[in-house]
Amino acid sequence: MAGSDDRKSSERALRDSRSKKAEENLLRLADSLYGQFQRGVVPHISLPSRTKGNIEFSTKDDVWIYGDQETMRSVKTVRGAKTLLKTVHLTELLIDEHLKNNRGSTLREIYYISENWDIAKFHEQAESDRLIEDLEIVTDLHREDFHVRPEEDGAAVFGPLRLKEQTRRGEKEMHCQEDVGEAGYQIPFNVDNIEFINHDARMVMAIETGGMYARLIENGFDEEYNAILVHIKGQPARSTRRIIKRLNTELNLPVVVFTDGDPWSYRIFASIAYGAIKSAHLSDHLVTPKARFLGVQPSDIVDYNLSTDKLTDRDLQALKSELSDPRFANPYWEKQIHLQIDLKKKAEQQAFAGKGLDFVTKTYLPDRLTEMGII
Amino acid sequence: MEIAEELAKQQKAISVAEFFEKNRQILGFDSAPRALITCVKEAVDNSLDACEDAGILPDIFVQIKKSGEYFQVIVEDNGPGIVPEEIPRVFAKLLYGSRFHTLRQSRGQQGIGISAGVLYSQLTSGRPTRVISKIAPDRPAYYCELMINTSKNEPEIIKAEEVDWERPRGTRVEMEMEGSYVRSRRQSVYGSLKSAAIVNPHARLTLVEPEGNVEVFERATESLPKKAYAIQPHPEGIELGELIKLLRYTDKKKLRVFLKETFSSIGTISAQELCKKADLDPEAPPASLDHDEAVRLLLAFKQIRVKSPPVDCLSPIGEELIRAGLEKEFRLDFIATTTRPVSVYSGNPFLVEVGLGYGGELAREGRIEILRFANRVPLVYQQGACAITHAVESVSWKNYSLSQSAGSGIPVGPAVLLVHIASTNIPFTSESKDAVADMPEILVEIDLGLKEVARKLRRYLSRQSLLSERREKEEIIRKILPRIAKKLSDVLDRPEPDIGPVVAKIMGNLLVYRESEQQDGRISVRLVVENHSDLVRSFKLHEILGEKAEAISPPAKVISLGDGYDHHWKLSVGPGQKAIISYQIGANSSGPAKPVVEGLDPEIVTGARAI
Repeated sequence: MAGSDDRKSSERALRDSRSKKAEENLLRLADSLYGQFQRGVVPHISLPSRTKGNIEFSTKDDVWIYGDQETMRSVKTVRGAKTLLKTVHLTELLIDEHLKNNRGSTLREIYYISENWDIAKFHEQAESDRLIEDLEIVTDLHREDFHVRPEEDGAAVFGPLRLKEQTRRGEKEMHCQEDVGEAGYQIPFNVDNIEFINHDARMVMAIETGGMYARLIENGFDEEYNAILVHIKGQPARSTRRIIKRLNTELNLPVVVFTDGDPWSYRIFASIAYGAIKSAHLSDHLVTPKARFLGVQPSDIVDYNLSTDKLTDRDLQALKSELSDPRFANPYWEKQIHLQIDLKKKAEQQAFAGKGLDFVTKTYLPDRLTEMGII
Repeated sequence: MEIAEELAKQQKAISVAEFFEKNRQILGFDSAPRALITCVKEAVDNSLDACEDAGILPDIFVQIKKSGEYFQVIVEDNGPGIVPEEIPRVFAKLLYGSRFHTLRQSRGQQGIGISAGVLYSQLTSGRPTRVISKIAPDRPAYYCELMINTSKNEPEIIKAEEVDWERPRGTRVEMEMEGSYVRSRRQSVYGSLKSAAIVNPHARLTLVEPEGNVEVFERATESLPKKAYAIQPHPEGIELGELIKLLRYTDKKKLRVFLKETFSSIGTISAQELCKKADLDPEAPPASLDHDEAVRLLLAFKQIRVKSPPVDCLSPIGEELIRAGLEKEFRLDFIATTTRPVSVYSGNPFLVEVGLGYGGELAREGRIEILRFANRVPLVYQQGACAITHAVESVSWKNYSLSQSAGSGIPVGPAVLLVHIASTNIPFTSESKDAVADMPEILVEIDLGLKEVARKLRRYLSRQSLLSERREKEEIIRKILPRIAKKLSDVLDRPEPDIGPVVAKIMGNLLVYRESEQQDGRISVRLVVENHSDLVRSFKLHEILGEKAEAISPPAKVISLGDGYDHHWKLSVGPGQKAIISYQIGANSSGPAKPVVEGLDPEIVTGARAI
């Protein structure tokens, strides 16, 4: 077991060095503000503006990243001054409480910690979340490096995969079909604590709804087609996107995304395959550019004569907004979105149940996967 | 018999009462809710006029009661009362009144209003109108029930008797009519009394609604408005027909005297001048002028400069009471008012008053409310047809900080406008007195009044935004910046940074600071003055040192103070510019005190003492 001890200590050294780097980068931010005071420059931080209009396609990594537009946080306005004060408070918290003591907090806990910061208190959690993202951008690190955890559940995974997880209570090894319950393996918030050992898979299928995930497990789809099923639970958490990316790049498995057939679900796909507007600074870490959209496609509504709901005004608006979203600016999506606007209809994954419980695994998925050249 | 003679038999005089019976919409009785409002308004107008004439602070009680399928309208005042002989004609004869033939500002003009109410009541309910009036505490009250004989336009007394009435004096009228009571809108009995209360802050108005709810519009002042006096017509804008009529029926024997006595603002000298300009004999009898001569006289009126009509024929509300009225009925942050000087249209003097309320609890969205008044009477209907509305619409409100779609029309924002026109004769568009006609002279005066209050609003708002900007900066300087500096020093474990330079930049101040370095056993000092404001700053800069400095650039005036030397420079630094002064002192001289800036306020100077 000497070898494993060695590895542990080297891992600790790695973790320490990342902590060190995080602390250094945070101190550098404080130092730059301090220097601005000394030089008589009105203190400010520049950040890329995080809007639809400021994301561009990086041909280097095939992902969407922020462009050149910047917004300036300066103490010239009360809002800007308060934000900077909060940033400095947050920096102190992350250095003194988290990094120096090897502790961590959740995003929600940070929001509550700010209760004691008087005028620097956050008004809502969205504000502290945003500020953490800002710090990620400024320091070129990830929130995990600051020991900041999300509240949200990560994905569940079910399929022919053996992996090992570093937990606070030691190393755990498991097989994601044999060693787990019906819900699958629950991935941790820091996916980089997982090591893949071996697998017997041909593809990864990310599934939006719990109902469809359970249907595929019940029908034995994972065994029949050697598929690793990932339940993405709505808008995917960072850890979900990270594990999909790791499965894709490290195990070289094709990734398909199976969601409802409505504009909101296309955004789920976009955040997996193209990156999210809010977190484009993490695109190279989280995005799986090779992920492909399986369905439900608007054309499936016609081809399989699915039962549908009418598009609401909000749905229509969302579709139209996607037409002006650079991430959807390709012939496939333009054709599908225009078709859906004409149909004025949307369909859920569960709509296939109308053709019988086996229809989705016996007919639809094999059809689509063949069409996509995966089986 | 000839056809014309046949036809002549069918020709027949029509009584006014009959005419109005068939054309009730002209008088404002076109719908059920409106009939109630009009009746109340006419009765209240009469009461207010009567009280003011008698110098009594009005206390008017209005009650609307449901009685079977009809509504009963009761209006009671504490006015001077009406003598018994007059009551039937005042209430039950159309076009009977005291004000038609005088040029004096009053609410009522033609003597139609209340009798039209009586007529409407009799047409819809078939019941007589009941009136009680008492003229003195020691006299009995007179009670009567009246109807109008519509074919003759004469009153018919159904019943008359002397009764006991506990009031010292006053008049009470009760009418029954078809109607419909609405509450919520401005076009309601409640709304019109509320408006009346705004421009009659000296009156107490009490309303008892059908469900028993009591609303009291309390007085905002105890002083009566200035009494308006009757005047002679003003020569400006008089029409030819009117002039010929006056010439023919005057009892004056000489043209000179006629001119002086018949018109206001014409004295002996201008009468002479008029005769000369018109080439007429001042001593000629007025009735002897023929048509051509009358035309010449009219032309002469236009050629000479006649002074404005006297103000005392009008009774403006006054800026103070407009303010009180608006404050009473709205919660506002800001009120601007103006009273325009007296002007004349078609020989009738008039003046315009405008009040503008802003902010407070007024709705931020939606068009502003316009309160229109003519001779202290609220105008409720036909807003779109009124000169006041037209004048409001044609002002470009965007220049005055209110938004306005498409650059014209009623502006949008948290504002209320009050416009009052006072005149000896308001040019209404119809007998129902809903809207003022678009007389060019009146439109011009309203426009000027509106722009005056709008300018005041703009000044107020720009002052407000400056203030809030200043307050915002103060918050940054006082509360936030020191904390950021403190936190940074905690995190970095370094001394707190000097926030002075940053403060100077944010506040747009003059920043003074020193930089010094040791050089060959001497200290070289650079004294830097940065102007972060938008203005040129001129001042004297003093540097008090223990010794005479050397290598001073630019040269300074140096004055010995006994224990030290005052070095000073006269400087003028442009916006965004800086001035640099350098000098040298011995290495072991003690550090100088703060530099001193002479001639600027301390709050715009950072890093130096200002004196």
